[in-house]
Amino acid sequence: MSSITGRSAVDQAPGPAGDVPRGRRRLGDTLFGGAASASGVIVIAIVALTGVFLATRAVPSLLDDKVNFLTSTRWDAAPGDLRFGILQILWTTVSISVIAMIIAVPVGIGNALFLTQYAPRWLARPAASVIDLLAAIPSIVYGLWGIQVFAPHLLSVQRALNDALGWFTLFAGPISTGTIFIAGIVLSIMILPIITALSREVFDQTPAANKEGALALGATKWEMIRTSVLPFGRAGVVSASMLGLGRALGETIAITIIVSSVAPGTDFFASWLQGGETFASKIANNAAEFNNPASTGAYIAAGLVLFILTFVVNAIARVIVNRRKAFT
Amino acid sequence: MTFWKTSHLLTIAAVGALALAGCGSDDNSTTPAAGGGSSSSSSASTAAIDCGTGTLNGEGSTAQKNAIDQVIQAGYQTQCPDATINYNATGSGSGRKQFIGGQVDWAGSDAAMKPEEATAAATRCMGNPAWNLPMVAGPIAIAYKLDGVTDLVLNADVTAKIFQAQITSWDDPAIKALNPNAKLPSTPIKVYFRTGDSGTTQNFTSYLNAAAPTVWTAAGAQSWAGKGEGREGSAGVAQAVAGASGGITYVEWSFARDNKLDVAKVDNGSGAVELTGESAGKTIATATQVGTGNDLALKIDYATKEAGAYPIVLVTYEIVCSKGLDADKTKLLKSFLTYFADSSTQSGLQDIGYAPVPSAVSTKVETAIAAIS
Repeated sequence: MSSITGRSAVDQAPGPAGDVPRGRRRLGDTLFGGAASASGVIVIAIVALTGVFLATRAVPSLLDDKVNFLTSTRWDAAPGDLRFGILQILWTTVSISVIAMIIAVPVGIGNALFLTQYAPRWLARPAASVIDLLAAIPSIVYGLWGIQVFAPHLLSVQRALNDALGWFTLFAGPISTGTIFIAGIVLSIMILPIITALSREVFDQTPAANKEGALALGATKWEMIRTSVLPFGRAGVVSASMLGLGRALGETIAITIIVSSVAPGTDFFASWLQGGETFASKIANNAAEFNNPASTGAYIAAGLVLFILTFVVNAIARVIVNRRKAFT
Repeated sequence: MTFWKTSHLLTIAAVGALALAGCGSDDNSTTPAAGGGSSSSSSASTAAIDCGTGTLNGEGSTAQKNAIDQVIQAGYQTQCPDATINYNATGSGSGRKQFIGGQVDWAGSDAAMKPEEATAAATRCMGNPAWNLPMVAGPIAIAYKLDGVTDLVLNADVTAKIFQAQITSWDDPAIKALNPNAKLPSTPIKVYFRTGDSGTTQNFTSYLNAAAPTVWTAAGAQSWAGKGEGREGSAGVAQAVAGASGGITYVEWSFARDNKLDVAKVDNGSGAVELTGESAGKTIATATQVGTGNDLALKIDYATKEAGAYPIVLVTYEIVCSKGLDADKTKLLKSFLTYFADSSTQSGLQDIGYAPVPSAVSTKVETAIAAIS
């Protein structure tokens, strides 16, 4: 029965902190409560101040922008003649993250199910630590490996995609050296350990009674997983995926190394077989020229959009998690 | 339990082996540069030195980092063990800023000081002017990879058209006209440029604008104004070209050599010129001095038609106070710069992809160094 933790009714009985009577409060309680609250407040303050910083620096440049910030594909941040828009950058950022999620979420969930439900114990623990090791590899290593080792192997795949589906705008040519497609796959490997580790933790918490009940009712192993493990872990899996997506949206160095940038003045294109710049790589590629407030503000405006995008994604995740809580 | 431990150890061993294998393949790319360094250290050590003592700090250009590292480590400090010279390659703009702010003793820069910087630098040097001394010259190669073609001649017009995507195939009649004997395939040309701002881009586009003004109408700038695919850093563009047949880029000579790329000869109007230290030096020799007296800021004539001059070169400067440092530092600075400017030191730099500063210029540099007090 040791596997019943966290969500059982017994654990929730003491209720929120206020239950301890006033008169009997000890020093330890006060200190710990204060420290915990302070940690919470500090994190909220950091996020809020980051938002304020981005907004105050971005607004003057946004007001000076001579083209539409949301629909233009130009990026001229020369002071005095600011013409910058984020359409292409937004598309590249979202595309890379979508490819990464399409691959990493199913593989991550499958991986977590394998480690918790199928793998023998002697294999599960070392396998889990190997997957955690993936998260410890610096992103610059992923970037260099991605472009120098992995990309040449993907050439034929990309060419086949282009030949078969070239009429479809996502797979239109010409094929670049460093494409959104390659970056998406490399990024999926980078976020895989996050999704796997968190999903593994929640699947591990599935009450044995639920699993045994399903099996006792005659369910096969797959049916047991479908009816007890997956519904129990759904909220956790959504959280894990959103954390992975957050990393994918903000990844900088690996993207900078892998994806080719496009020549200034190129018209909007949607192809995944071409290059582009994400919000983070755009900022990184130009960080050396942040020497006047006006052009810096243009890049900070891009950073602000990334901030808002991440915020919205996380808010959606919260809503999903809260809605699914009812199940347990 | 034992079995669990064994499997755990095996995983660790496997991961370790993978990591080591990764290191091995990374090292290969830097081997040629290291080889060049060791071979030239012997030639560099022949210069006689009047050693200084103490510590000298410099900061600035990344383009001259390898040259300065080589001069300090392989040459100067082995002969003058009492001197410590540090160079922090953070970028030209940052180097000039730190020099003017009095944080470092000299700055390395890809561009001479602007007038307002010169005024501020004079204040920093206790009212004495600061001088730009051209010390390291780096030729920019038009590097390409094309199966079956190891000898290619381009001129400014054709180069500008290639980088503007007006010429898109290697068997274009314009390229054929310059290379009547080459077997040019119909491979599409893939142009790679440097992402973000870069001094290499600025010098290359300045050359295109000066030598082919009708095709390349944009003035030289740090950000790319042509077509193609952007890659991060000199290593990025060089590796991209090395990756597949048909690519072309502009990159510092050393990177073209490290990645075993072919380098195009440039026809400056008086015949095809191969990129060598000597041919690049000829262009620097034709540069006009825009500074006065011992301030040797140069203006390169990219459109030079002198026979045997390779026109696409980047000159980098050491920016120093003419007076105003304390006596020990002045002695160390003069001693280091004298060693740096010496012809045997300069010719040693050719092995790591730089061009020696030609004697016409280096004589002036030596005069200027002698005048520092």
